[in-house]
Amino acid sequence: MAVVNWLRRNVIVLFGLLALGYMTLPNIVVLMFSFNDPNGRFNYTWNGFTLDAWEQPCGVAGICDSVAVSMKIAVLSTLVATALGTAIAFALGRYRFRARGAINTLLFLPMSMPEVVMGASLGTLFLNMRINTGFVTILIAHIMFCLSFVVVAVKARVLGMDPKLEEAAQDLYASPTQVFLRVTLPLAAPGIGAGAMLAFALSFDDFVITNFTSGNTVTFPMFVYGAAQRGTPPQINVIGSAMFVIAVLIVMIGQIRASRRAKQRA
Amino acid sequence: MSALGTLGAGTTGGADTKVTEPKRRGRWVPYALLAPGLLWLVVFFAIPMVVQGSTSLQTGNLTKGYDLTWHWATYWDALDQYYPQFLRSFGYAAAATVMCLVIGYPLAYAIAFKAGKWRGMWLVLVIAPFFTSFLVRTLAWKTILADNGIVVDVLNKLHFTNVTAFLGLTQDDRVLATPLAVICGLTYNFLPFMVLPLYACLERIDPRLHEAAGDLYASPRTTFAKVTFPLSLPGVVSGTLLTFIPASGDYVNAQWLGSPDTGMAGNVIQTQFLRVLDYPTAAALSFILMLLIVLMVTAYIRKAGTEDLV
Repeated sequence: MAVVNWLRRNVIVLFGLLALGYMTLPNIVVLMFSFNDPNGRFNYTWNGFTLDAWEQPCGVAGICDSVAVSMKIAVLSTLVATALGTAIAFALGRYRFRARGAINTLLFLPMSMPEVVMGASLGTLFLNMRINTGFVTILIAHIMFCLSFVVVAVKARVLGMDPKLEEAAQDLYASPTQVFLRVTLPLAAPGIGAGAMLAFALSFDDFVITNFTSGNTVTFPMFVYGAAQRGTPPQINVIGSAMFVIAVLIVMIGQIRASRRAKQRA
Repeated sequence: MSALGTLGAGTTGGADTKVTEPKRRGRWVPYALLAPGLLWLVVFFAIPMVVQGSTSLQTGNLTKGYDLTWHWATYWDALDQYYPQFLRSFGYAAAATVMCLVIGYPLAYAIAFKAGKWRGMWLVLVIAPFFTSFLVRTLAWKTILADNGIVVDVLNKLHFTNVTAFLGLTQDDRVLATPLAVICGLTYNFLPFMVLPLYACLERIDPRLHEAAGDLYASPRTTFAKVTFPLSLPGVVSGTLLTFIPASGDYVNAQWLGSPDTGMAGNVIQTQFLRVLDYPTAAALSFILMLLIVLMVTAYIRKAGTEDLV
């Protein structure tokens, strides 16, 4: 009877854990198969344990180049999208101007449009303008679809900032530049950081829009997509797992530091 | 991920009440701040849509070039030939959205109300899978759902595949290369987009409302039905939109986990654009997909309730 009661009380938690299992299972499989010694070109069935792929993560032609290309594009598009998006977020959060509804719609649409539609339309534009697709066109596309997400993240922070702090700085004879650099920017930094991280993740992982705008440039997702047709080396799993481990470590360190800071304040 | 929520409220209800008073001097400042970003969106988002609309009505070929001939027949031909893919797109996306809701709601509920001090850890685990490229993770499903794999063996022993075969979702005791695999892949890929807005919404519910319901002799079930669930509806609406829209445009799951018989609208657009190089047809198909999604989403938002829902 006690067991039944316990189950009853915790059924939601158990179901939640099952759902989490469903969400993490592929990551576990990816990690496991990074140690596989595949029999043939495709890495879908377990054949034997080996560390080969981890010892030579760049052992497949083009794979590390594609990661480097993805990194470059992600960093550049994050920088531009964060700068443009932060400016828009400040305008939306701090000023009054005409056509606010239309502007909100223009920002909302890219987030609510299926990627394949944006990719195909951008591809059509480049085709019509006779612009050769490649590194620059991928960058243009990534900045475009990251922009709105940066705006949302920064705007939420800007709306929550107390304008009195900036007024106080002005009362203390700070110049407008000083107010912005010493008060406004540090206050908005968490929102800007969140927006930039989101933009980086979106850009690094994007496949669909990139597929329509990449030409001969191969990003890491494009490499994986091509590999799925030709043969999937375990190195794909190594890079996928390494990214996962690095990102989780960064998040965890951030969490620990945040909780320590909270304790110090308390 | 309440992105849709926040911006949507801005477009429909004009909820931006927190804007500070206009400054007398420097009225050009907001326009200067807005201009570069909005220009980027106009040039690389809005104009491509117009160009795509124009391309869909052009005739010609790659070598001779295209002319705008208002050739509406492209649309009818595309719909006539590819309506099964559109039906599948929306069918699979709807099924995946329902499955995301069924799996995601209890998960979001557990994180919001039951996780206690482990809440941060649960949230990290929801977001963490994102850090591996979704293409790599989708490939992993090929392994998980492989014929003679553990999962398929268990499903066969439980006669689950007989049920799904009866429903037309699987064939010959296998899961890979069937609609079921595509729906499972879509569900998996877009589950975080359901969980996060739901969690954001549930987390904001005042626990005192639960206590009040209890004080008024509501059973836990009644409390959920009359208090918690209605208050979580905005999360349900933005979660379903964030799942349904990208799922209906997806083509990776259908291509890798499905078979040629499970092609979705995205697959056709991609094939027409990148392989067949029939740009007018690709543009028309993409326009149809966009139009159908806009129509469905608008109808859904109308039906789901007032402006404060989205």
